[in-house]
Amino acid sequence: MGMTAADSQFHVLAVDDSLIDRKLIERLLKTSSYQVTTVDSGSKALEFLGWNADVRSNPIENETPVSEKNSQEVEINLVITDYCMPGMTGYDLLKKMKESSSLRNIPVIIMSSENVPSRINRCLEEGAEEFFLKPVRLSDVDKLKPHIMKTKCSDIEKPEKEEKQEKENKESIETSSEIHLQKAQTSNNSKNKSLDEGHSPDKTRPINNDFTVQLIQFGTFSLPLLLLLFLSYS
Amino acid sequence: MEVNQMQRSFLEYATVLFREGFLDGQFSQLQMLQDESNPDFVVEVVSLFFEDSQKLLNDLTTTLDQQNVDFKKIDAHIHQLKGSSSSIGAQRVKNACIAFRNFCDQQNLEGCMRCLQHVKQEYLLVKSKLEALLRLEQQIVAAGGAIPVLSEFS
Repeated sequence: MGMTAADSQFHVLAVDDSLIDRKLIERLLKTSSYQVTTVDSGSKALEFLGWNADVRSNPIENETPVSEKNSQEVEINLVITDYCMPGMTGYDLLKKMKESSSLRNIPVIIMSSENVPSRINRCLEEGAEEFFLKPVRLSDVDKLKPHIMKTKCSDIEKPEKEEKQEKENKESIETSSEIHLQKAQTSNNSKNKSLDEGHSPDKTRPINNDFTVQLIQFGTFSLPLLLLLFLSYS
Repeated sequence: MEVNQMQRSFLEYATVLFREGFLDGQFSQLQMLQDESNPDFVVEVVSLFFEDSQKLLNDLTTTLDQQNVDFKKIDAHIHQLKGSSSSIGAQRVKNACIAFRNFCDQQNLEGCMRCLQHVKQEYLLVKSKLEALLRLEQQIVAAGGAIPVLSEFS
């Protein structure tokens, strides 16, 4: 792997009122090479995100993120939140994020210790990417990358040089949408699993997980090069 | 004692704890998250669990002792205890919490009191066993050995 240094720059915001669970999710995420910020409530999460959004409206040229403590320049790539929290629930947080033009594109994962189908459906309908049954495991954290990459790929759509960019986009979107179809099927299966079977002890990762991530990275970076080559010869 | 012997004792003891349901696969997950950069992860999380649980059990005792029992409060406490015990793999404590919750839903005071005793019992059992297991672990590390992986239990 390691096609891109962007791997280590993915920053996840984890929201949970339980200290033990915050410690756990932080370790899980750090083990998987994410940068992590944890907060203990939905309102603190919004505060953190809202502050980022205000600062981001004045774009900063330098994209390399600074340390976690300097949250002004930090971009959050994914929010993972507990459902049951006093005050603002995870669902409330999700709703607020989806209502905000600056926050709605950040993928949100909901976690819960209870397997309640109506709860799961409500969250998915509101726009949550996935629902994890607690306790969260490493195999669950492995499922996060596609959701982050989905957002990253759509970021490339901003036009710079029109024609070249359009072609580039078509190809990378086609590639990634094929893959996301696969991913959607896989994650639909796992969503159904959590509805029907509760916490499945048999956690098998999709076989093509690493490969598809590498494919997206490869596609994103080599296609522009291929295109340049093509254009220079035509 | 030789490192190999210590490691064997550790594995044997862990096997018993898993077989008797004191611990489940989640505990193995915790072990897997521990490495050279975070050598005390399991001890830290388990210590948090002990502190948290003690407080919750005290609160539960007090709340059940009131003239007018606040079952909502009881439910909130059990929910927390169930969550934290589940997060560290303390299976029997978690199951005891589930039973407790059912009686709480029915607002069955007597049932709740019985369950509280049961939860306390299970908590004290798993606490002493975890302390023993982690002591073995520390002995292995002190002797320069590696902690055996418990992945077969996850």
